[in-house]
Amino acid sequence: MIAKKATGEPKGITVKILRCLKPYSFLISLSFILAAVSVVLTLYVPILIGDAIDLIVGQGQVDFPAISRILFRIGIIIGITAITQWFMTVINNRITFQVVRDIRNKAFRKISVLPLKYIDSHSHGGIVSRVIADVEQFADGLLLGFAQLFTGGLTIGVTLLFMFSFSFKIALVVVVLTPISLLVARFIARRSYSMFRLQAEIRGEQTGLINEMIGNQKVIKAFSYEKKATERFDEINERLEKASLRATFFSSLTNPTTRFVYSLVYAGVGFAGALSVIASGGAFTIGRLVSFLNYANQYTKPFNEISGVITELQNALACANRIFELIEEEPQIPDAVNALTLGPVHGNVSMKNVSFSYTPEKPLIKGLNLSVNARHRIAIVGPTGCGKTTIINLLMRFYDINSGEIAVDGQDIRSVTRKSLRSSYGMVLQDTWIKTGTIRDNIVIGKPDATDSEVIAAAKAAHAHSFIKRLPDGYNTFITDEGGSLSQGEKQLLSIARVMLIRPPMLILDEATSSIDTRTEQKIQQAFYSLMEGRTSFIVAHRLSTIQKADVILVMRDGNIIEQGNHEDLLRKNGFYAKLYNSQFSV
Amino acid sequence: MKKLLFYMKDYIKESIFGPLFKLIETIFELSVPLVVAAIIDRGIGHGDKGYITKMSLVLVALGAAGLLFSVTAQYFAAKASAGFAKKLRHALFVHLQKLSFSEIDTLGASTMITRLTSDTNQVQVGVNLTLRLLLRAPFVVFGAMVMAFAIDFKAALVFAATIPLLFVVVFVVMFWSIPLYRKVQARLDRVLGITRENLSGVRVIRAFCKEEDEVAEFLRENNELSRMQKYVGRISALLNPATYVVINLSIIWLIWTGALRVEAGIITQGAVVALYNYVTQILVELIKFANLIITITKSIASAKRIEQVFEIESSLKEGQSLPERVSSPGTVEFRGVSLRYKNARENSLSDINFKAEPGQTIGIIGGTGSGKSSLVNMIPRFYDAAEGEVLVDNINVRDYQLEALRQKIGIVPQKAVLFAGTARDNILLGKEDATDDEIWEALTIAKADDVVKEKGGLDFYIEQGGKNLSGGQRQRLTIARALVRKPDILILDDSASALDFATDAALRRAIRKLRPIPTVFIVSQRTSSVQHADQIIVLDNGRIVGIGKRDELLRHCEVYREIHESQFQKEGA
Repeated sequence: MIAKKATGEPKGITVKILRCLKPYSFLISLSFILAAVSVVLTLYVPILIGDAIDLIVGQGQVDFPAISRILFRIGIIIGITAITQWFMTVINNRITFQVVRDIRNKAFRKISVLPLKYIDSHSHGGIVSRVIADVEQFADGLLLGFAQLFTGGLTIGVTLLFMFSFSFKIALVVVVLTPISLLVARFIARRSYSMFRLQAEIRGEQTGLINEMIGNQKVIKAFSYEKKATERFDEINERLEKASLRATFFSSLTNPTTRFVYSLVYAGVGFAGALSVIASGGAFTIGRLVSFLNYANQYTKPFNEISGVITELQNALACANRIFELIEEEPQIPDAVNALTLGPVHGNVSMKNVSFSYTPEKPLIKGLNLSVNARHRIAIVGPTGCGKTTIINLLMRFYDINSGEIAVDGQDIRSVTRKSLRSSYGMVLQDTWIKTGTIRDNIVIGKPDATDSEVIAAAKAAHAHSFIKRLPDGYNTFITDEGGSLSQGEKQLLSIARVMLIRPPMLILDEATSSIDTRTEQKIQQAFYSLMEGRTSFIVAHRLSTIQKADVILVMRDGNIIEQGNHEDLLRKNGFYAKLYNSQFSV
Repeated sequence: MKKLLFYMKDYIKESIFGPLFKLIETIFELSVPLVVAAIIDRGIGHGDKGYITKMSLVLVALGAAGLLFSVTAQYFAAKASAGFAKKLRHALFVHLQKLSFSEIDTLGASTMITRLTSDTNQVQVGVNLTLRLLLRAPFVVFGAMVMAFAIDFKAALVFAATIPLLFVVVFVVMFWSIPLYRKVQARLDRVLGITRENLSGVRVIRAFCKEEDEVAEFLRENNELSRMQKYVGRISALLNPATYVVINLSIIWLIWTGALRVEAGIITQGAVVALYNYVTQILVELIKFANLIITITKSIASAKRIEQVFEIESSLKEGQSLPERVSSPGTVEFRGVSLRYKNARENSLSDINFKAEPGQTIGIIGGTGSGKSSLVNMIPRFYDAAEGEVLVDNINVRDYQLEALRQKIGIVPQKAVLFAGTARDNILLGKEDATDDEIWEALTIAKADDVVKEKGGLDFYIEQGGKNLSGGQRQRLTIARALVRKPDILILDDSASALDFATDAALRRAIRKLRPIPTVFIVSQRTSSVQHADQIIVLDNGRIVGIGKRDELLRHCEVYREIHESQFQKEGA
């Protein structure tokens, strides 16, 4: 089964997995050895117990010295087995957790150099689940699965060996009968699989409905949709009950039926064994029969485990594939070996014949030319989807252009290090981002060694000081992105404070469209202005006042700059800008 | 727990018969070692092959009977748990729908969803396993002990010592490691958090060139996680060897005492074998039992969480009044109204007084957090006033039957929400029995007719969350949905934010042409959206700081002027 599945996978997956395991080859071999020792010893104990029972024949026929010798031996074996078992588990854990750690580290390192194109076009939840859940499942399934497979296989082998060496006939009974339990288990598993899938589907449907209904309570209540919603819910609920009953019942048949097969094996061994004892006249003893009965129990267990392990291994391989896909993803083009460090920047920015598109089929920016003088304010305006944020992506080199050239102070940005380029810009985006940590941690992101007074000064300049002071622990208040303890406007002020602290020569500002109250907005506005003083600034602008104060307005439409100039010029031109402007103010 | 047991009441029969049949099964199972002992002592002892055959068949019969009883038990358990879960989910869903917004806000949507899904599933599994297995293990363990004592009192003392010891070992290891596992989980959450954060904040991180620092932090946290996992692993790795040692030591003890008793002629060799078999049976059951306890503990935790939700009572008590239709409906009056959200320290609205006459347009403006949405949310009674009263057509909203009140109101929420279904289904939400003509009329006013036509008419299927429409298109459909019921009161809660200025203006013009004219509330950040209103209410910090027409406000209301100027600074202003 594994082989079949494996051929379907890209060929190198096994090699890749082995490469991950290579540093642990010593531990892995040790684990195998310990497993072998523990299996053999565990299986040896029933034989010794059988021997001991043979020495307890009847009244006055007990060989105490011999028994005590055997029991002593059992005691020692138990001790060794227990220690081996413990070490084996600890070693397996060690291998598993460290492999998990290694792979996660690799995956995370990859994330930090992935091109933004990848991150923007893949669901973040999906990437996170690769790093967290898939890695875990891979390690659990593969490593523990192999351990189980090995121990299981060995147990079966050694048991067979012992059994056949004692009595061929009885061993045959066991070997013939036990596969029945496997067949039964397989049959049930196959039947219940489709039922479980049905249950999962209905459950998914129900969760979808719940999501929709719970998430939109306001609309539900406003339009008195509750009854209808409950009806829809109940309809699914009814189906779910039926599916769930069938799935639960069918899958729970595995235990009783396999138990029944065991009891057949047990009866078979008991019957054949008892007859052998009588027939062999002492060669096959009662003690052996007892060992056999014990084996009959132990022999079937690994079979069941192995069939479980196989599905788990397949699953693990699928997970491994997803992880390696991420790890092997093409990283962004690294900085050129001879990349320069952008020196003290004046702030002249030019774009020459720049073309860019996110997907080859949909060209976005074509032959864009732009020349920006140092310390100028450039407002970028235009309808949604016209490519305003794309300009930010290109300036910061989040995305590489397809052709043409973007230069800062005459220096092509692809010829300088990303680090020096990006640290010449201060960026405040509309989608503010908060790092889990304290307020202070969040401000000093660009300058970790900032002093407290610098931090406070930056916060004050960003008009953030007053709200920070009101937080329970001031600058040491712990915040998270989802926490929602800060309002949108406050988050924005915080991101301005970040930039205030480092005061870079160039700025990229993305004005918020809405959802910030006027007062805060004015603070942000003021903060923006003081920040822009003496800096080349690119502003994705929504506010008229910002637009009016800009030195150059770039009017964008469908990826092109269609008009360029200041407010008055553009109004006089009576083109697209004038139309945009008028639609806003004539009702 | 008790409250949830209520939903088991239709499954009492199953809940009794399930475990009962399971118990009978274990009796069969416990008889097996006795039969084996008989085979050894009588069958082999006397060389009686017929007896051996008979007893072997008895073993098979015991197995078959066990199978029959246990399958029946499984069926009862599955039926009871599936049925219970269905009733529980239904009750929980209905309960959640009854809660008012203050409770929903405190709970949070994601909590509600997990309670309804993963928590109820967990409880279902718990009920199923409890009915099936919870009684089995103790019964096998104590049954084995009783059987052992029946065979020989002195030899059976081993059991009396072993069983408690095994319980102690299992529970010590479990209770030692469970809290540690919780710590591991917390560490894992941290690692997950960093990963997620690095994806959502990728632009900021790269803009500040923090990639290396973030990698370092991840490595540190990941290492911590791995260290913690290994530590916990070492402890839980003790469980198997420890139980192995206890069981095998007791076997040694058993054989020794067994040998002594056989020597004295008190018991037979077969009896020793039977005792030995009982010990192994106990071990198997105990390991299963430990796993069972873990699952059931999880279920109990889930059950408790669900119960907490049930304990939340809706603070909204419905009125009974079904008022007659007044001649010119649409009056809305706030008298000294204040609003305080649950667990909030301060009022969100204070001392709100105003009256909207039928057909008037009321603009509401102010910054975020100034209370604009809160104010309009009080009209359909999403929230109750802490003080004062809200009157619709001169009747306190608390006296209305909720549905009667909400039928009068068409609301277009901030977030344009559509449900999975056809465009028609979605509009019909506003008025169940609307004809296609009425629907098209509403669509036309809402400037959504083109959207629907372009997409293929009223049967156009809207995906969950309206994913196959743009924000503006969704918004227009939600406006049509509100319009189709020809409401007396129309609330546009910042609804135009996804529309461009021109559409926004055209929409407002179209609404004014409606007959009869509804009373319209327009909540907005943009002064341009409200400038033609009959009254503009200016909110700041939950208080009305200005009310009147645009020109009056420009003269007398500083906050309004500020907002206006920030948006309308024309040349020379």
